[in-house]
Amino acid sequence: SSNEHKLNFKKSKEACLSYIQDALLQKQWKRAAEFLTCYVESLEKDYSREHIGPSEIIWRIGTEILWHHSQSCMKEFNCFMEQMKTLGVKRYLKVCLEHIFHLLCNGQIDEAYQNLSLAESWRFGEQTAIQDKEMKLIQAYRGLLDYYSWSKQKNILLENGEDGFSDLAVEQEMHGYFRKAAVNLKEIIKIPGVWDIFVKCYVDLLEFYGDHNEARQVLNEYAYNSKFPANPNAHVYLYQFLKRQGESKKSLISALKILHDIVPSHELMIDFNTMLQKSKKRKKRRLGLEVIFTGLDYAGWKENAKAWSCLARQVKQIVISEKHLDWIKHEWNSRKDWWPAFHFSRYLAKRNWQENKSLSYEKALVAGILLGKDCKYFKYVSHQGCKAQLKRFRMLKKFMNRHSLVYLRISG
Amino acid sequence: RDFNERCAQCSEVNWGLTDGGGFYCRTCHNVIERTREVVNTDFITNSRVQTISKGSKKQEKTDGGCEWYICEGFQLVLKKQVEALEALGVCPQMKDEILCNFWRCYLQKSKQAYCQRPAAETVKALSVCESSTDVDSDPERPSLLHLLSLSESEGDLQTDCSFASSVSKVSESTSVYSGSVDGSLYIMKNQKEKLRMTMPMTLSFCYMALLWMREPITLSEFLRFVVEGHIPYLNVFQHFPEKMKLCGLDLKIFCVESWPVYEEVFNKMHELAAFLDLPRFPDITESCFLHPDMLCMKYLMEANLPDELHNWTCRVVKKIGIGEVDFLTLMPGNKSTRKVKHDVLAAAVIIVVLKLLFLLDDHYEWLLSEFAEERNKNNTEGGPYFEFKKWYEVVKHVLDVEQKKLDEERAKYLWRCEKPLFYSVKKKSKVLKRRQMVVNLQNQFGKLAGSVQRAEKPNPSSFQLSWSEENTDGSCFHGHSLKGVLQEKRGLLTAMNPDYWLCTVKLCNEKLCGHLAHYKDVEFPQSYHFVLGLFSFLLRIQPSYIHDEVCMIEHKLFNKKLYKKLKYNTVLRK
Repeated sequence: SSNEHKLNFKKSKEACLSYIQDALLQKQWKRAAEFLTCYVESLEKDYSREHIGPSEIIWRIGTEILWHHSQSCMKEFNCFMEQMKTLGVKRYLKVCLEHIFHLLCNGQIDEAYQNLSLAESWRFGEQTAIQDKEMKLIQAYRGLLDYYSWSKQKNILLENGEDGFSDLAVEQEMHGYFRKAAVNLKEIIKIPGVWDIFVKCYVDLLEFYGDHNEARQVLNEYAYNSKFPANPNAHVYLYQFLKRQGESKKSLISALKILHDIVPSHELMIDFNTMLQKSKKRKKRRLGLEVIFTGLDYAGWKENAKAWSCLARQVKQIVISEKHLDWIKHEWNSRKDWWPAFHFSRYLAKRNWQENKSLSYEKALVAGILLGKDCKYFKYVSHQGCKAQLKRFRMLKKFMNRHSLVYLRISG
Repeated sequence: RDFNERCAQCSEVNWGLTDGGGFYCRTCHNVIERTREVVNTDFITNSRVQTISKGSKKQEKTDGGCEWYICEGFQLVLKKQVEALEALGVCPQMKDEILCNFWRCYLQKSKQAYCQRPAAETVKALSVCESSTDVDSDPERPSLLHLLSLSESEGDLQTDCSFASSVSKVSESTSVYSGSVDGSLYIMKNQKEKLRMTMPMTLSFCYMALLWMREPITLSEFLRFVVEGHIPYLNVFQHFPEKMKLCGLDLKIFCVESWPVYEEVFNKMHELAAFLDLPRFPDITESCFLHPDMLCMKYLMEANLPDELHNWTCRVVKKIGIGEVDFLTLMPGNKSTRKVKHDVLAAAVIIVVLKLLFLLDDHYEWLLSEFAEERNKNNTEGGPYFEFKKWYEVVKHVLDVEQKKLDEERAKYLWRCEKPLFYSVKKKSKVLKRRQMVVNLQNQFGKLAGSVQRAEKPNPSSFQLSWSEENTDGSCFHGHSLKGVLQEKRGLLTAMNPDYWLCTVKLCNEKLCGHLAHYKDVEFPQSYHFVLGLFSFLLRIQPSYIHDEVCMIEHKLFNKKLYKKLKYNTVLRK
């Protein structure tokens, strides 16, 4: 009958929790601590049927409060984390990991390493197997810290090396770290996932020791194995590696293809276009045009002078050669309704001219070709440029006069 | 005293007690093995209340505990509660004479003591618990899960899966099931027959005694004191002596995790009074605190309303006869009269009076307020006229603040206490570890909570809101005049307001749906909601209960008019 509003333990704690959440959202750490103090007795109840039990809630909320509260210190934080580790054996490794992350954020690398080693040696019956994923992560992070140590040793060695001294002890230590790091890093990147930092470090190690084949294999796996989630960075890493290795343009181009599909606005698209433009294959040049046009669809590229210069160069070359105007026509077709307002307004003409003359030059060239020399943008910039007696603008004007009807063929 | 067996040696029935608590025959001084049940004198103050006779076993168990029965536990609880009431100023007579006798009467009627106990019942229970080593083998013996599910308490103790799963591993004796001797039996008993004792019922007992003594404390106040911690209830078992070990099913009986509501305690009290065959309670007369005239005065003050309204509440009370002794006094077992909730009744009377004078239709009261405001501005001599608007603003503000405080307090309530509880000895270490961790965390985060420390229990006070006439900001309305809403007609003061709206035209049948009217289903004016909300806060009960009383009063008040209308309607139909 009237039992819905009866105040009982459960309702009281639910209300308490909502007060805590409100306080957290408003960053009122003292108030959150006040209510959490009242909430902790929930631990004495068994909530095995609940989705998230009080011990997990207390762990997460307590962490937040202790991390942000002005009067809290790392010592207290660590003490709290140790208590949380004993609370739920099913969460043990997760709590360890989060603790380690906090230590790293606080710059306590050594403590983090100690905790990682400790966690790695943890065994608890069948739980060890169940928490296998967390264990792998712990090992991976230890590998990462080993890499970091290796890197430090390497720098020491390089510095000393300049003086002509070679410190054997340092070198051996360095190799030791390498071995430890390599083992763990290799393991984690086998599992499908996003492991950017681990991959980078591992590849760095491999390259240093000259194992380029392994490095290439790792990067290929990371980029092309369909089990791994689509990750633009994977392709970027591969491309950078291949570039370092001095690979052919062909393989460099093929490395960037998928990146273009996933992230058409990536900054590497400029490099991509530059390579494609110079290609002997018609298909590749065609692709290059598409790539640069697509990149400039994005607001982030609006003021990218380099991108505009790529486009300008390519369309100018096409216009001069009088071949493949249909390429431009095709690209312009889907853009002619909105690019004028997006890129070539009078307002932008003024602004570009004021802020970046090179940018306005390149854009004006493109505008003239696509919209004709009477379009707002070209008129303004060209006029300003000639007024300022800048040579290239005069050249531009002449060029446009010669090809003044091209735009009709493009838009018609 | 109740032991009637013949002495083996001399065949007489003339028993006495040795110092050690053993029985001896006064005729031939034969000492037998039967010992008086260990009743620690700590349990009861009144030495007249004696043994709870039973077949007895060894006095002390190996773990330092003793055998104890559930009703002994409840006796202790009641003792603590009544002592707390005494500390609050209740007459000491209540403990020694009234409550004690009620309790004894209850024990007798429920056949737990002071009678020829059906020994067969106990013996069976004990033997069942002792004999079998394998829990699941005996199909007759109720499984622990079954016992758990029987109890109506809704605590999370029931969902303690880890406990339930450990049942199958149990192979020991009674100590696992309960620290008390008859814990499992208690839960199994058919509740309807004998009015089984529960923790909420202890409050009913107390209130029954208070009512009998006509102490100046209403049920809502009493329950508020309980929640505020002035009357032991929540963790009262921590005052049990060390020897009385609580575990297993005892927890289900003595550990509560919710506050009982007014209705629950109220209804149980009436059931109890009937069960105990009590006679008519002492009369509640006009000079009694519980009389609506008195309570109205108190509530008017607390609600910051003008004293002049008291004339009106008295008039209403008189007119509908709810000030009559026979109406107000409890006659147990009388099913035909509606049970009187003195506090709710008084609050409802005030609301009806407000409706009479101010209509409370979200228009008229503001209109009247404007007139009063005008008058107050222009004419500062003589007392101020009561302005509904000002009153509303002042009271609403304070109410909002207090409600917010109350909500926060409810969220911050600490339910656990120092004394750890565990189902079985096996769980003990885990429970103690958890408790330690909780205490550690409380310390750690308590320090970070800043200067906001948990305040000491505030002293219990009868008034939750107080208004001082000395305040120069005019926030106290006690002395304000009602002249603005009254007029003189034929020498009598009547309300200027000619209208009245009924909360409901037809009263529902309380026995069918539990309510006289349905507050939530209908849309009422905001002002009405507000005054209901105000008294709902003061009495700590749901507004719908006050609403029911308001409906009841209205129907009594306008009885003739309603009757006429009904009659008229039936005439038409013909």
